[in-house]
Amino acid sequence: MDGNRDANGNGHGWHWTYWLLILVCLVTFCVPFYNRIEPMLFGFPFFYWFQLGWIFVSMIVTAYAYYATEQSDKTR
Amino acid sequence: MPLNVTALVVFVLFFALVTFVGFASVHWRKGDMDLLHEWGLAGGKFGTLITWFLLGGDIYTAYTFIAVPALAFGAGAIAFFAVPYTIIIYPFIFVVFPRLWSVARARGYITAADFVRGRYGDRWLALAIALTGILATMPYIALQLIGLEVVIAAMGVQLQGFLVYLPLIISFAILAAFDYFSGLRAPAAIAIIKDLMIYITVFAAVIFIPAQLGGWSTIFAAVPQERLLLADNLGGYSGYATLFLGSAMALFLYPHSVTGVLSASNRHVIRRNAALLPAYSFLLGLIALLGYMAYAANVQNNPAYASGFQQFRNNFAVPALILEVFPDWFVGFAFAAIGIGALVPAAIMSIAAANLFTRNIYREFLNPNCAPRVESQMAKSTSLVVKVGALLFIILLPQEYAINMQLLGGIWIIQTFPTIIFGLYTRWLDPKALLVGWAAGMILGTWMGASIGFRPIYPLEIFGMTLPGYIAIYAVLVNFALSFGLSAYFNASAKTRADETRPGDYAAEGSGAGGMGH
Repeated sequence: MDGNRDANGNGHGWHWTYWLLILVCLVTFCVPFYNRIEPMLFGFPFFYWFQLGWIFVSMIVTAYAYYATEQSDKTR
Repeated sequence: MPLNVTALVVFVLFFALVTFVGFASVHWRKGDMDLLHEWGLAGGKFGTLITWFLLGGDIYTAYTFIAVPALAFGAGAIAFFAVPYTIIIYPFIFVVFPRLWSVARARGYITAADFVRGRYGDRWLALAIALTGILATMPYIALQLIGLEVVIAAMGVQLQGFLVYLPLIISFAILAAFDYFSGLRAPAAIAIIKDLMIYITVFAAVIFIPAQLGGWSTIFAAVPQERLLLADNLGGYSGYATLFLGSAMALFLYPHSVTGVLSASNRHVIRRNAALLPAYSFLLGLIALLGYMAYAANVQNNPAYASGFQQFRNNFAVPALILEVFPDWFVGFAFAAIGIGALVPAAIMSIAAANLFTRNIYREFLNPNCAPRVESQMAKSTSLVVKVGALLFIILLPQEYAINMQLLGGIWIIQTFPTIIFGLYTRWLDPKALLVGWAAGMILGTWMGASIGFRPIYPLEIFGMTLPGYIAIYAVLVNFALSFGLSAYFNASAKTRADETRPGDYAAEGSGAGGMGH
């Protein structure tokens, strides 16, 4: 995969998983989408449980990006 | 409030424990304290777990734990900006900050201003970056004292006259002493204890308090319904989005964050931490909800807490909640967690400010050929001066000053974004252009903040409509425009560009034994 090499071939340039990271961030900017009460979950309005839950999504995606970039570093 | 002896004893015991740990930490991964990178970066040897505790202890401060739920308690949904703020920060750290770590390790930089000096070859731009860091950090240290002050008062410690400040002075004297001797190792060791205590406190709170109050739905129902969501209009959305975006852009430009990042033993530690640190974000989200629990527990109408609310306003909400629902011994434990939570960031902030002063002002302008031992000694002394300054700030000036200054601090520190962050990717930007952009952002941001009575959201009149947004974002956009526009102009007639860094530095693994040079 050449996409993860910077100008010096150092393997720390742009990686395709970074698009996933950008997507995770962009969703947080859709404020009107999550600024609502329903559907509730365990007594939490949507506004609260969605944002708390999105933390876990961001952790999983970042962890995936970590393993994916470390792998392509090794195999380059 | 009557003196809560049980709580106070527990509180003092935990303070004694961290004092011992603070002094003992000098022997931890022992290094030569006569070298600035040993004192001020702990030799850059921290692995994934220690870095996790250190950064967690560093950026989630006592003031955060008091102020975010206080905002939820008083204003509602807007306080939850702390959640998306810390969601978007970590992907950014993951991609960008290993580059800063690598170039710093390759070139022996210990501050962001060191990097700016090397990258742009411009000592005045580096000075601007260093001064901004110190200026933004000072009120932040002062605010940690407010966190400490609130919990001490909540235990019923009532002293008269000048003695009012005695507990704060003792706490800061302890802090100053172990900082002086152990450097960054002290807050790193204490952060482990502090973070575990905070996790225990918050999980106890979210398990036991909803059970006592009748469940989460009762808690959310108790909050005035118009506060449960943001205002359903463009202004409500733009205020929230710019607030979390600007806060995120600012967070890792603060000197104490940079110090935390640069003390990692390799770049992979930073990347792993970007995936692991959101655990603290989840904690912070729960802490924000403590504000609603306090509201549901009706502490605001309880005469027992009236004097506390009068003195500390909404910042008293969480201490009042803890007093209301927990047995005395656990009150002492929780308050100790918050109090120690003040010491850890205050320690790292004063070390970071001392590093900036020593490297980028003292060695750059006052004593260029100073020996490493003199440099390290200077940093130790500066860290004392910084703490005394923060203490005087709180003792001599009204609390509002520190809060207003910290608000401005966020607006100021974000003005270093183009120089530092874009600088990690390109040398295209001209240092003179960056300096002009920085100055314009500083002045505009300060003016906007002052003109609306030091609130974060400025109602900008643009294209015939009002667009409320976080001042830091508006000011840094002007900074961006000037930095890029003037760079295009200057570069048209440019000769050679000074730059001591090499492209490979930004991806360097820095695996050489013995760590960094200087």
